Amino acid sequence: MSHFKAHSVLPGFNLALGFTLLYLSLIVLIPLSALFFKTATLGWGGFWTVVMGERVLASLRVTFFTSFVAAIINAFFGLIVAWVLVRYRFPGKRIVDALVDLPFALPTAVAGITLAMLYAPNGWVGQYFAAHDIKVAYTPLGIVVALTFIGLPFVVRTVQPVLADVESEVEEAAASLGAGRWDVFRRVIFPAIYPALLTGFALAFARAIGEYGSVIFIAGNMPYISEIAPLLIVAKLEQYDYAGATAIAVAMLLISFALLLFINALQWWSSRRGTR
Amino acid sequence: MSAQATQRKISTRESPGVTLVLVTVALIYLVLFLGLPLFAVFYEALSKGWTLYWKALQEPDAWSAIKLTFIAAGIAVPANLVFGVAAAWAIAKFEFKGRSLLITLIDLPFAVSPVVSGLVYVLLFGAQGWFGPWLQAHDIKLIFAVPGIVLATVFVTFPFIARELIPLMQSQGKEEEEAAVSLGASGWQTFWRVTLPNIKWGLLYGVILCNARAMGEFGAVSVVSGHVRGMTNTLPLHVEILYNEYNFVAAFAVASLLALLALVTLLVKALVEWQAKSSGDPLH
Repeated sequence: MSHFKAHSVLPGFNLALGFTLLYLSLIVLIPLSALFFKTATLGWGGFWTVVMGERVLASLRVTFFTSFVAAIINAFFGLIVAWVLVRYRFPGKRIVDALVDLPFALPTAVAGITLAMLYAPNGWVGQYFAAHDIKVAYTPLGIVVALTFIGLPFVVRTVQPVLADVESEVEEAAASLGAGRWDVFRRVIFPAIYPALLTGFALAFARAIGEYGSVIFIAGNMPYISEIAPLLIVAKLEQYDYAGATAIAVAMLLISFALLLFINALQWWSSRRGTR
Repeated sequence: MSAQATQRKISTRESPGVTLVLVTVALIYLVLFLGLPLFAVFYEALSKGWTLYWKALQEPDAWSAIKLTFIAAGIAVPANLVFGVAAAWAIAKFEFKGRSLLITLIDLPFAVSPVVSGLVYVLLFGAQGWFGPWLQAHDIKLIFAVPGIVLATVFVTFPFIARELIPLMQSQGKEEEEAAVSLGASGWQTFWRVTLPNIKWGLLYGVILCNARAMGEFGAVSVVSGHVRGMTNTLPLHVEILYNEYNFVAAFAVASLLALLALVTLLVKALVEWQAKSSGDPLH
């Protein structure tokens, strides 16, 4: 024990850690491990057959592509929102600031049916797109709308504190040396907030990949076109194809994990470039 | 923050035109994606008048969905509260090997799709799951029944309170608790009189967010529920059923309850943040 834990006068370590580990194992670790044991029963060949199925591949493509587009939209507009909330004053700013967290608080099913209604061809927003022959709801574009809503707070909330911490002296120095405002943003401010922006992007992206409730109402769920991978998991479960459902779930986890590793590597690489 | 904004030198400000464009773009984006949907929920719910609105909410199925939602949240939030406090006490007040691994493992449920969160319990307790035959032999039903819904809710809200308390208690250190113990206070006395008053705002903050997610969870609960009307439907699942039956007024009426919950959550959250800031113990 003495090697495992540093000495402390405070009591309750064994009880607190014991309970933590027990609860963590029962609720999270053992259930999650079932995922991998179930996939193992399929074997490599079986796993590969499920994941390489045309419909599964199409759903994975739809899921990752729409999630990526939504995360890009959120990175761009989220940066503007964070900038406006940190740097400018305008009436109602505190309410706007609090409202940014709405997608965290609003149940996804509510967001789903509301967005589906708004972006339907006869909906409040959808009719303007319909006038230009663009269908939003019941197409992949609708999925992007739902995922943009779901991921909206992530970039704003990760960039906001970092942007607030950028020293105005550094900006003044750059300006006094003759840099224009755009140059100051590009060379001084952007490099400082870039890691936070990337983190926010990764969080929004990861959240979008797993999202289900807000998407299924607006997606139309057409196989090969607007069917997301989580929906296919549910469909397989309803046919009692546990192994197939699990294989898709594991494939999703592996791809997201690889993407997050890649983004982490990108962050590490850019921070090294920054300090050179 | 606002004081800083006023003190900014002219050389580090954008031209009024750029400022106007940025504020406009930000507000249009937020109105389109946040304001409009929020307004639309209530508008649709009341589109056929108050009478139909009330009628939709007084349906027995709506009531049983409300009840089940409260049961699920009523179990998941206290369970994760006890866990969050225990985990934060162990991680923040002691030094031991594998601490950062433990923190990562606690965050796992956030990294998993809600649908997968439901799936794992089906794999364990479903008819063809690991414990399925045993449960059937003993006539116990977990999946497509209330216990499954509670389990899935506990899983998806698992990290909320712990991840709020761990950094907060780490930043507060352990000197105050050590002083109390060395003056002869017992462990529980130390916790109730020293630790708890210090973390009360962070605790409340975590509980609010945990509760909002517990009452609003859809994907995980949908997988384990079996959708039995009046039996295993929570409020979000009830919204789905009504919507799929083209009963839009009722669907949005029930959805408006959840939207109201979201608004109350945001309000209380803002109040807690403001309280914590003005009492000098910032949350983050």
